[in-house]
Amino acid sequence: MAGTIGKNGLEHYIWSFVESVLSRRDLPVGTAASLAVTAAPDAADAQIAVAGEPFMSKVSFNVNGENRALDLDPRTTLLDALREHLHLTGTKKGCDHGQCGACTVIVNGRRINACLTLALMHEGDSITTIEGLGKPGRLHPMQQAFIKHDGYQCGYCTPGQIVSAVAVLDEIKAGIPSHVSSDLNGEPQLVAAELRERMSGNICRCGAYSNIVDAIIEVAGSEA
Amino acid sequence: MKTFTYERAHSPADAAAAAARIAGAKFIAGGTNLLDLMKLEIETPAHLIDVNGLKLDKIETSTEGGLRIGALVRNTDLAADARVRRDYGVLARALLAGASGQLRNKATTAGNLLQRTRCPYFYDTNQPCNKRNPGSGCAALGGFSRQHAVLGASEACIATHPSDMAVAMTALGAMIETVRADGTSRTIPIADFYRAPGDTPQLETALAAGELITAVTLPKPVGGTQHYHKVRDRASYAFALVAVGAIVQRDGSGRVALGGVAYKPWRVAAAEAEMPHGAKAVARRLLDGAKPTRENAFKLPLVERTLAAVLNEARA
Repeated sequence: MAGTIGKNGLEHYIWSFVESVLSRRDLPVGTAASLAVTAAPDAADAQIAVAGEPFMSKVSFNVNGENRALDLDPRTTLLDALREHLHLTGTKKGCDHGQCGACTVIVNGRRINACLTLALMHEGDSITTIEGLGKPGRLHPMQQAFIKHDGYQCGYCTPGQIVSAVAVLDEIKAGIPSHVSSDLNGEPQLVAAELRERMSGNICRCGAYSNIVDAIIEVAGSEA
Repeated sequence: MKTFTYERAHSPADAAAAAARIAGAKFIAGGTNLLDLMKLEIETPAHLIDVNGLKLDKIETSTEGGLRIGALVRNTDLAADARVRRDYGVLARALLAGASGQLRNKATTAGNLLQRTRCPYFYDTNQPCNKRNPGSGCAALGGFSRQHAVLGASEACIATHPSDMAVAMTALGAMIETVRADGTSRTIPIADFYRAPGDTPQLETALAAGELITAVTLPKPVGGTQHYHKVRDRASYAFALVAVGAIVQRDGSGRVALGGVAYKPWRVAAAEAEMPHGAKAVARRLLDGAKPTRENAFKLPLVERTLAAVLNEARA
């Protein structure tokens, strides 16, 4: 994690983005996994086992209401488990370093960066991704508001923005203060300055920020 | 990322013993800094001990009338705690000035104290860095040093500590409780927790191999108005160029700690004695011995001006 994206961070960010776009275009879902299987014959497995390293570890958690059990390399992040193993590709990989927010998911009611946590650390947890909020035909009010207010351009950061926005409204409701709350001991206000501060972990390189804030304010207003 | 083995710890003492026993072991709690560094292979633990199940996630009133904050209390929960907001405003403000909502939900109290510097040369594995690769040199010294330390640095390292929370805890006089590999516990004042870089910038804290932080305690509330003023390149989600955490009493006395200027939050008793005499007098003492680079010399006047803004706010 780094708050400031420095020169190297920015290069990394751009390359991660380019790589993720390329891999999506070149490989249909499932192909990467199949390649991995054919490229790792029994002999390779045996070598790893001889080296005394665990090849796979088991974890189970609930994703969007469904119990899922996985056998994973311990290095697998929650993000990669969702995208590559469960094929829930709505959650995006942007920077892969907790700087951009494209991978935001809700775990046990809290929004987190799925790229900066290991899947193994989530045994028994309840995870909500963008797919769990709503689907075409029965969209979540936040998804509808983003469409109505044109809260995106290229759309890559949008799932993270929407998941984050849903959690932000819960945080305000729970009375959690922010950096811009003038009174630490009062109820946080549902105003644009609060939403901008609370959404600062979600970066939109197309710059749809003002429309995103409009969308969140509309949902907050209808919830109030 | 290098391969590693993984276990879930069942008690703080077991975790500490395992960490000392297994070569290359590291604790993982929130993981927001460690995993970032593991992806870059700057951190390459051979074994991870997941301490999230240790139930160190409570904030309790201590017998001395202060607070005992469990090592695993998340930054969001600490900032939102009613007692912290009411009695330790500098801490709530500092926490809320750091990172993003997503990261604060995951980052823990102990992990925040132990996070590594964001020096760009520490992060760039193509560059020499005495902290990452002891003896290789310091690229920041002749490099782009705008964000770096002006106090307490050495010829080997001019990195700053990135934490906002630690600045507030230093102003509050926090104590760090640990358990060691042999099962014994001890308490370290935060003022003695961070090691000056000297010739060994890779050694950052007073913790021994395997030693696990279990809690941070705050003394009973000291009152006053409490402030955390962070100056950075963006309005949100950026590290401090200069940060001032302060507690100001009605008679003008008080405490102050600086962030963004050194390897640790910077607090000087002689500077606090000058509090009733205004920002210029306090800043002069705080910055005594400062050695800025050409690129970060702006931090010296910025400290004084930020302090003046805080003292104005306190009088208002």
